[in-house]
Amino acid sequence: MRLFRALFGSPGNALVSLVLLSFLFLLGRSLVLWALGAEWRVVGDNLRYFFVGQLPPGMTWRAYGLLGAGLLVVWGWLGLLRAARLPRPGLAVGVGLVLFLLFLPLPLTLWGGLLLSLLLSLSAMALAFPLGVALALGRQSRLPAVRLLSVAYIEVVRGVPLVSLLFLAFVTLPLFLPEGVRLPQVVRALLAFTLFAAAYLAENVRGGLQAIPRGQWEAALSLGLTPFQTLRFVVLPQALRAVVPALVGQYIALFKDTSLVALIGILDLMGVARAVLANPQNVGLEREVYLFLGLVYLAVSGVFSYLGRRVEAALGLGKR
Amino acid sequence: MPRLRDLLVQAMVLGLVAWGLAALWTTAKARMAAQGIPFSFAFLSQEAGFSLSEGITFAPGEGFRPYQPSDTYLQALLAGFLNTLKVTLLGLLGATLLGLLLALGRLSANPLARGLSFAYVEAVRNTPLLLQLFVWYFAILLKLPPWERGIAFAGAFLSQRGLLLPELALAPGAWGLVLAGVWAWAFRRRGLLARVGSLALFLASWALLGPPFSVRPAVPGPFGPLGGIFLSPEYAALLIGVTLYTSAFVAEVVRGAILAVPKGQWEAAYALGLSYPDTFRLVVLPQAVRIAVPPLANQYLNLAKNTSLGVAVGYPDLFSVYSTVANQSGRSLEAILLVMAVYLSLSLSISALVNGYNRRVALRWKL
Repeated sequence: MRLFRALFGSPGNALVSLVLLSFLFLLGRSLVLWALGAEWRVVGDNLRYFFVGQLPPGMTWRAYGLLGAGLLVVWGWLGLLRAARLPRPGLAVGVGLVLFLLFLPLPLTLWGGLLLSLLLSLSAMALAFPLGVALALGRQSRLPAVRLLSVAYIEVVRGVPLVSLLFLAFVTLPLFLPEGVRLPQVVRALLAFTLFAAAYLAENVRGGLQAIPRGQWEAALSLGLTPFQTLRFVVLPQALRAVVPALVGQYIALFKDTSLVALIGILDLMGVARAVLANPQNVGLEREVYLFLGLVYLAVSGVFSYLGRRVEAALGLGKR
Repeated sequence: MPRLRDLLVQAMVLGLVAWGLAALWTTAKARMAAQGIPFSFAFLSQEAGFSLSEGITFAPGEGFRPYQPSDTYLQALLAGFLNTLKVTLLGLLGATLLGLLLALGRLSANPLARGLSFAYVEAVRNTPLLLQLFVWYFAILLKLPPWERGIAFAGAFLSQRGLLLPELALAPGAWGLVLAGVWAWAFRRRGLLARVGSLALFLASWALLGPPFSVRPAVPGPFGPLGGIFLSPEYAALLIGVTLYTSAFVAEVVRGAILAVPKGQWEAAYALGLSYPDTFRLVVLPQAVRIAVPPLANQYLNLAKNTSLGVAVGYPDLFSVYSTVANQSGRSLEAILLVMAVYLSLSLSISALVNGYNRRVALRWKL
């Protein structure tokens, strides 16, 4: 009854509700009619390809092992932050890291699908982290030259499209390397993503640094801590804690952005979809494949934002 | 007086960066010279020789005209840049309007409107823009029936070859609209005079000169469009894609800004006897705009940069023209430096504009 009143309480409201309901009905009907007649075999047949790419079946278990080890590390880390209940979180992180390194030596050229998207975005974020923090500190430095260089780097990278950085890494990088040095495609893409993510990360971390009152510095320095110790034990922990939500958002954006590598021929989740659609058997099945892809991206983003919320709650953000 | 140590550290940092850049530069120069194509921008005045599916360029002596394959590389890049602007400007407008609507939907008391806007915003924000562009281009626009069997819908004509929309043209009556606007602005401090006067001016001009706009219908001829605005599927896919994508982010920014206005402001306005619309318009909105401007600027910048994904659906924007130029002339380094400089100045000018506006609306305070 309350729902009915909320929907049809006043004439204007009832009109809005009716328009939206008929829109929803038409959309739902055409979707259901289409889904019943759609050829879902294209998704079912290529499921393995979508998730792990061209890894030979004999090696697939290692890909899943890698993913499992990664999850163990994340779980242990959540335990360390007291976001998840775990008796020995430190042990879980250690075991997870060892397993991760054991499973890692898969042939680089065979990585693909969702596995590659996840690995690419996670490693780019991990590599960009120290660089981003350094740039953020550089931007706050009292030395004008350091400040100028950091600002220039951050603004230039944030001012150009990611695609142009990717193409720079792909087409023009060989020119900058000495004769005979060749980097695999995935490494070049990783380089572009790392340099890109560092600039955005620096801006997020700067927000956290600016939120730390000056008194914290002064108090720590007057207690006899060196500037480095002040940074390491007083300022950075507080600053980084404040920017966790922004970092989770940035990671999800980066994960979505890895789809751009499909444009330069790398077989990540999006690249695999394009390869599947290029198969003459699957001509004209774009809708099925793209709908499936959209659901996968939604699910992964959803998992990460859930994890982010858990970490936020554990850190007591907005409560302390 | 700066300390000696500070000076030394700065000199060291600058020296390291300069040394790194110089090392990269000499390697690149040596390798380019070894390949027989030394670094130079002279190729820009050579004939391009490739065609673009759409685009207008500037030719000295002829003014602005459609791009031709006999034009230079520079003119091709200019056509690409104008195509980028075409998407960016319309996208900014569309994303802002749709984003406002979605933000109101998310804050609405109607659970259906709230749920639908929430589902839309989450679905759009959590899938890659590239995927959405592919959906619009390959799964929707290219699946429309061919030209001969196009769908006539609400005055528009939809087919695989593109969308033909009715054209809204200015008629002489538009002068009345301009005059009414000027009047309303001139007397903006005197509410009644401004409103009644501008309405009277508008009605008088309508009676004398006719309606301010005229609609030219979409006329699909047997072989091609004869009237109306024709959007190629590539342009339509990119425009729809970036507009819908950005609108979801704009909606979140606007919603956050409206929610960030303290509740006490609403209550105080109600206590003073203001109605809901007056409270929203006079008390909440001005404060929300102040909060929303900086994050909105970021979203606008993202939109401008995201138009570079036109390369994925074959729209000849600046970036896809660059990739053709680089392929054909072999001058990838020079061309990408040029293109990055153009995007950088586009970004900087958008943020300068928004910062200027921000200075006008922001509160001036000092600690």
